[in-house]
This record gives sequence, structure tokens and C-alpha cells, in this order.
Amino acid sequence: MSGHQSWFDLNLGISALKYIGEIKNGNLTAEEFISKTIERIQKVDSKLHAYLSINEQAVEQAKSIDKKIKAKENVGACMGMPISIKDNICVKGTKTTCASKMLEDFIAPYDATVVSKLKAEDTIIIGKTNLDEFAMGFTTEFSAYGPSKNPWNTEYVPGGSSGGSAAAVSALECIASLGSDTGGSVRNPASFCSVVGLKPTYGLISRYGLISYSNSIEQIGPITRTVEDTAFLLNIIAGMDPHDNTTIDNQNENYLNDIDSGVEGKKIGIIKEMTHEGVDKQVSAATNKAISNFEGLGATFEEISLDMVAYSVAAYYIITATEAGSNLARYDNLRYGYDFDSEGYEFNSYLSKARKNFGPEVTRRMILGGFVPSAGHAGKYFLKAMKVKSKLTAQVNEALKKVDMLIAPTVPILPFRFGEKIDDPVALFLVDINTVTANLTEKPAISIQFEISGGLPIGIQLLGKSMQDKMLLQAAYALQNTVKLPEVPI
Amino acid sequence: MTKIGLEIHCQLTNLQSKLFCSCKANYREFSPNTNICPICVGLPGSLPMLNQKAVEKATMISMALNCKTPEKIAFFRKNYFYPDLPKNFQITQFDAYGPTSIGHDGKITIEGKEIRIRRIQIEEDPGRLIYEGTSEKTQIPLVDYNRAGTPLVEIVTEPDFDNPKQVRVFLNILVDLLENLGVSDPTLEGALRADGNVSVEGGNKIEIKNVASFHDLEKAIHFEITRQQSLVERNIPIISETRQWDDRRKITISARKKEEEQDYRYFLEGDIPWVKLNSDHFKKLREKMPESIASKRERYVEKYGITNQVADVLSSDKYYADLFEQSHDEKNAKEIANIITTDLMGFVDTREKRETSKLTHQHLTELVNSIMDNKITRNSAKTALQEMVSTGKSLIEIISEQDLDNVSDESTISSIINEVLNEEANAVQEVKEKPETVNFLVGKVMKKSKGKADPSMTLNILKKKLGIT
Repeated sequence: MSGHQSWFDLNLGISALKYIGEIKNGNLTAEEFISKTIERIQKVDSKLHAYLSINEQAVEQAKSIDKKIKAKENVGACMGMPISIKDNICVKGTKTTCASKMLEDFIAPYDATVVSKLKAEDTIIIGKTNLDEFAMGFTTEFSAYGPSKNPWNTEYVPGGSSGGSAAAVSALECIASLGSDTGGSVRNPASFCSVVGLKPTYGLISRYGLISYSNSIEQIGPITRTVEDTAFLLNIIAGMDPHDNTTIDNQNENYLNDIDSGVEGKKIGIIKEMTHEGVDKQVSAATNKAISNFEGLGATFEEISLDMVAYSVAAYYIITATEAGSNLARYDNLRYGYDFDSEGYEFNSYLSKARKNFGPEVTRRMILGGFVPSAGHAGKYFLKAMKVKSKLTAQVNEALKKVDMLIAPTVPILPFRFGEKIDDPVALFLVDINTVTANLTEKPAISIQFEISGGLPIGIQLLGKSMQDKMLLQAAYALQNTVKLPEVPI
Repeated sequence: MTKIGLEIHCQLTNLQSKLFCSCKANYREFSPNTNICPICVGLPGSLPMLNQKAVEKATMISMALNCKTPEKIAFFRKNYFYPDLPKNFQITQFDAYGPTSIGHDGKITIEGKEIRIRRIQIEEDPGRLIYEGTSEKTQIPLVDYNRAGTPLVEIVTEPDFDNPKQVRVFLNILVDLLENLGVSDPTLEGALRADGNVSVEGGNKIEIKNVASFHDLEKAIHFEITRQQSLVERNIPIISETRQWDDRRKITISARKKEEEQDYRYFLEGDIPWVKLNSDHFKKLREKMPESIASKRERYVEKYGITNQVADVLSSDKYYADLFEQSHDEKNAKEIANIITTDLMGFVDTREKRETSKLTHQHLTELVNSIMDNKITRNSAKTALQEMVSTGKSLIEIISEQDLDNVSDESTISSIINEVLNEEANAVQEVKEKPETVNFLVGKVMKKSKGKADPSMTLNILKKKLGIT
């Protein structure tokens, strides 16, 4: 295999690193790749609905990058690579809707920090991707603009809330994407669409410009087709940001260096509460296979019980509802989404009418968010949830003293069909039982595509120590190289 | 027994930027909605960045009010709807997990009475609502977010005041203290606001809001005490509620009952990590803290023999105190203090006059030294001082322009005296009989010399010529 093959049949499935190599070799131009990507989007996105908007200037931007490359001027590390951005992250001058009617016409007047960092490296923001409204959901069925479809089978949900991002990466509609993960919103769709998704340590990536849903636990995370690409993107977007007080100094860590250092001698804990009860047998089998593949690479395993996991989903919903009730309070039709005359309304009735612009899931959580932290009920709900959070954190910290990382399937069940769970919020809540722990404990966690079972993807999740994102990437890379998965059918 | 408590809001007007962004803390010069950014108008995706200087200033206030300060402070969200609140929550402090506000349990003594400070907290000011339109029906509320996010310190007292007069004295002292700390300029409109709560024997606590000035607060408290006492006399129960001060009618009116009180759903602001205040922080600030008013007063009296009254005026007004500190030395201190508190006061008694004044401390030093060296009379000095304030010219310039230099040349004074003696024969006769009336003649000489004659030399020569002692 060499880079000198003919590019008549341009391969949109190449990784970010490969793309950069081909551009550098002169085998490929940004314009060719971007044009072809846009063709691809035009061809498949009517079926997938991964995108909410497309960058009309993408080809022009690619041409100007090609010009810089030709003139041997300074070019950013991404060299015109197309990246999509979840539509709850601000890109200056473009609509940022959060897939909500409330922000239908909101044009962000500034770039999120991650977006400015990507732009500085000559990334082309190819478009904004679909999500569950305000990132609340696990299927994209709660998007006000209609759901995205799973590229592996369009009758199935792509996962969520970053379902548009995962579908776009999986279906070769971009090289990589940025999503956001509040309770699994990067990892869940990555698993359902057979791509890589990382929820980094809380504070590793700036949230400035990410429209808050539950700000104390959520992070922006890359979605890519290879583990190396995630490491590459992390190199660009991670680190302290003067615009986000919660960011942590990562000492300019290079996540790509030594990515192939393997798992020899690493101790991995199997989370008991996430691998037995309620786990589909195909998922269980895949998990066992991943464990044995790891063992073949020299890692050792032990089962670890985290009994607080049983309460994690309840605590997660109480905390996220509380913060959402506050973060979304500003969407009151006075400042955003005003679409009717206030004449004849008094303040409260006006507000309640204005709130009709929110979809059912957001409404549900806003109501919950008004209730669980209220004066009479905080002790029973919010404060208890905070207690669960701190006890769960203590348990996970304790476990990570014994082992280097933890393993479990990303989602205990296989991707499901549209409409199968949307009317049963409690059943949907259990979809994220395996992912919320990383958010509540501020730990990094990654989902790696591992198997296609009956045409449906299964992902494996690794959860690591705070600020040990690199170790997770090394292990994920090792696991990735033990499997060869089929190409996406679409 | 009447109990009164206060909630004072003090803008940290001397800071450069707002509490969470780099917009100007001094929003007053901007036309509406031009001193704003994604952060202070709470645009989706924006995050607050804590201004560390605000924490420093608030710590200084806390220390100056003898408060206890926690090792780390936290910020909370107070959730409520109001058009002037861009995010529909206010970032403030709250003691949900023990004391995590910038100060608690302080005290300050006024006229021998101890007023306890319950809590001091840092928070953001909302925007401002402006009503346009002629009648109530056609009124349009407009929102100006220039003020949104201005750093605010809230000071909450225990209900330790017995009467409105104590409140006034306390607020006066507090204003001086805040100004002396260099944290706030109390003369700026809206920089200091206060709400009160009042209860009388046998009644529940009533909160008074919407009070524009400290002066109005005193009136509102007066009104409330009278109203509540008359209810008690007529056996009408006093229900706990919030009342608004109606500035037009000078009465309080019911705003909302306590049962309907807002539930603010306080919880931790996740976007601002806890701030650790280590001993280094306090040590550095203590070094930076200006001398307290009480300490200045004591020093002025003891070191320079300045009278209590003059020392009081001088120490409690930061403008005068700063001027004094810069201009005085061991010898001239008392005279400088006197000039400031007698002559200068009339020229710079308002904010506007102080702002336009061209007087520097060098002026003052020069002037007082010239008086003490008999180069200029006290009278001429006052004229020169006024000129310095309005033009900023140097003393030498003013003396030569206005011909103010002291006449201490014996022959010149002598010849003026001779003229006066000739003109005032009757008075001369009277002085010879009653020597204590000699000042009349001194006055005549001063007048003739246009205030320039050295007064003591004049008196000596007069006495010699008239043969009196």
C-alpha cells in the first residue's frame, strides 16, 4: 500500500492522519476532498439527516488553503480537513440552533474556543450536525428538525445526543466531528454508529461556546473513525482556556506520541454492575471478546463492584434537570425565539406560552428542574443526588487505585428502531446506565467500535483516571488493532 | 422593641472590569447596550470568568468590617425571572454548605452600640429597566444591559438598630469606610443602595425594597415604624411581607406576602470553581489595605495636636485625608489641617467641584509654608487658594498677578500707618484711652494695604507710635 495510488477513485474513508499525509505528498488537494465530501453529503444526507446546515463557503475555503500550500506559506496542521460540529457549539456567523425551535434563528456572534482552535489549524467546518434538542436524549428523536438515521441501518436510531456527528463521521460525510457528552452523548452514538468517541476528563477541553445543558458534568469530545484521529484532535483542542475557569492545564500533552505503547502489564477492572444485568447477549459476548483480546496483549483483569452505579442514573437526571432548569431559563421568548405578541398576556401566562417552543423532552426536564432543587424538595432529591455523585466518585477513585482503567460495554443494548423507546422515558434513561458514571465522576471515557452483530454496531468503553486520557487512548488503540470491521453499508 | 436590619449593596466602582467579563465596571458613560459582550448578556455558550480583583476588594471590605473569612469561597446561582437579568439567574454567594461567602460574623461599633454584620457576599448587578412613554398605559419598558455584571458586594446586618438615627449614623460611617478603602465611589449614582427590614414589639418582620437613596431609607424606616406601631395599638396583626417604598407618596406599599416568596432554587455555580483564599491572600491584602479612618483620626490628634473636631472631618473624608497626607510635614501639619477644614472646604464641597478642581498637594504645601514664613497673609492665602482651585496656577504666579505678597517692609507699613493715624483722629484718641480697641486701627491699615500688610508687624509699629503696650 502506498500513497501513490491513483486518486481517480478518491477515498473519503481515510483517516485524518492519512488525509494530511496525502495533502503533504501532493496526492490530494483540499478542494478535491471538500468537493467530493459535499457530493457525498448531497447523496446520502437526504437519507441520514446528519446535518442541520452546511457551510456554503467550504469549497472557496479549500481553494484558499490549497493556494497557501502551493505557495509554501504557513498552513495549519489540519490542511483543509472537513470537520463537522454539533449544533450546540457556536461557530461565528452561523446558525447554532441546538436542534430547538427556541434558537431557530440564533446566529452565534462568536466562535467557541474549540472552533477557533480548529480554524487556526486550517480545518474546514463543513457543517453543523443534528442532535436531540439541547442535547437531551439518546436517539436524536428529540431534534425539533427530525431525527438522524443510523448509517448501518436507517431504520435504527444513530444514538444521541450527538447522533448527527456520529452518523456523519460513520457515513464518510466528514473526517471527524465534535460532539458534547453530558451523560454519554458522544460515546453512545459513537457506539451505535461504529466510530470512536471520547468524553475527556472534565476540564480538559474548554466549554466556552458550548451551549450549556448541564455545565458541571459535560464536556466537548471528538468523534472520529480511528483512535489516532481522536488523539490528533485532542492535541489541537485540549488545554487551559482563559475563557473557561474550569479548564485544567494539561502541560501541552501530546496524545499521539507513543499511542502504540500497548497494554502489556496494565490492570483493567471489569465493572460488575455494567456487564451482567440488563445487558444484551450479543453485547455481553462482544465485551468478553474484547477482554480476551486485551488479555492476548498482556493486560490482566479483575471484576470490580461499584454499587453506587445503581443510583447513578437517578442522580444524573436530578443533577442535569436542576442545571438545565437554570441554564435554559434564559430562553423565555423575551430574548430568544420571540414569535408572538405579548399583548393580552400577563407575565406568567406569557412565559408558559413562550415555553411551548420547547419540545417534550426539554419540557419534561425543565419541569423536573423546577421541582427537584426547590426549597421543599431539595433535601429529598437534589442534595441526595449530590451525595450519590460524591460517593460514586469515591468508589471509582478507590477502584482506580487498584487498576489502571475500567471496562464495560458503552451501551448495554444493541441499537434499536425508531419509536421503540421514545414514549417510555424511563426505558430510555436506562440506555445511559453505562455512560453517566464517567460524567458524574469527571473521569475520561472512550468508546471504540468493536463488532458488527447482525448488522448492528457494538462499542466497548474504557474509563480511566482523571487526566490520564492518554493512557485510555493507548489502550483503545491497542484494542482497535485487534479487530477488522466491515465498511459502512450506506 | 423596634428592630431594624439592613442589606446594603455596594458597587465596586473602582474596578476596571465587570465581575465576569472584560466590559467596563464603570458603565455610566456608555449609551444604552454598548458596554456589553456575550458573557454579560448571557449569550448561549458564554461562560463567566471571575474577576480576581473583585474578590480582593470584597475581602478588604470583609476585613474592614471585622468579619470572619472562610478558607475557600463558592458561588451559587439564584434563579428567578426578571427582564433585567439576562440569564434569568444571578451569580451570587450563599451559605448552603457552611460559610462560603466572602465574610460572615463581623461587627462595627457606632456611638457605643455594636452592629453585627451577618454576611458579606459578592454578586453581579443586573441590568437596568428604563420606562419610556408619557402615561402609565403607553409606557414601554426598555432594558439597558450596560450595568449587567457590575461587581457588587452585599452587606447584610443583623437587626441590631433601635431607631432610624442609628441607621443614618451607620450608613454615614459605612460610606466613609468604603470610600477610604478605595473600593467604591459613593457619590456615583446607584453605587450604594440599601434595603431595610423593620419589626416592632409583637409584630412580624417587614422588608422594605425599592429605596433609591440612604436619605429615603431613613424616611421609609420612620414610616414603617409608625405604621406598624399603629397596627399593634389597634390589635391588627402584622403579617410578614415585602413592601415597596413609594417615593412619590412617601409611604410603603405591600409588594408580596411572604408565603408567595420566590423559591430561588440556589445551587452551586459549576462554571466557577471554588476559590481558595490562603493566608498569603490575606497577608498581601492586609499590607495593601489603607489605614482605617479611626487610626488616622487618632494619629492626627496625637502626633500633630490637631483638634478632635478637625481630625474627625479630615480623616472621614478620603479626599481631604489624601490631600493632607500628601501635603503635610511635621511642622506645617496643623496649619494644613486648618486650611483644609476651613478655607478649602467651601471650594470643593461637591463631587463636581472636586473633579474640576486643579488644586494639587504641592499647592497646599507651598501656600501653608508661605503663610508660616509670613510671605503671605491668611487673608491673601484664601484668595490664592480659590485661584489655585480654579486655575491651577502656582502661588508665585498668583502673587505676582494679584499683587498678594505680604508687605513686611517697616517703612512702607510705617507710612501707611501714618496716613491712617491722620485720617482716624477720633479712633486714635479712643485707643490711647482704651488700648484694647487698637484692632480697629490694625483693620484700617490692613484695608488700606489691601490685606497685604503683615498683621503682627503692623500691631507692633502702631503700639510704638501710640505709646501703648
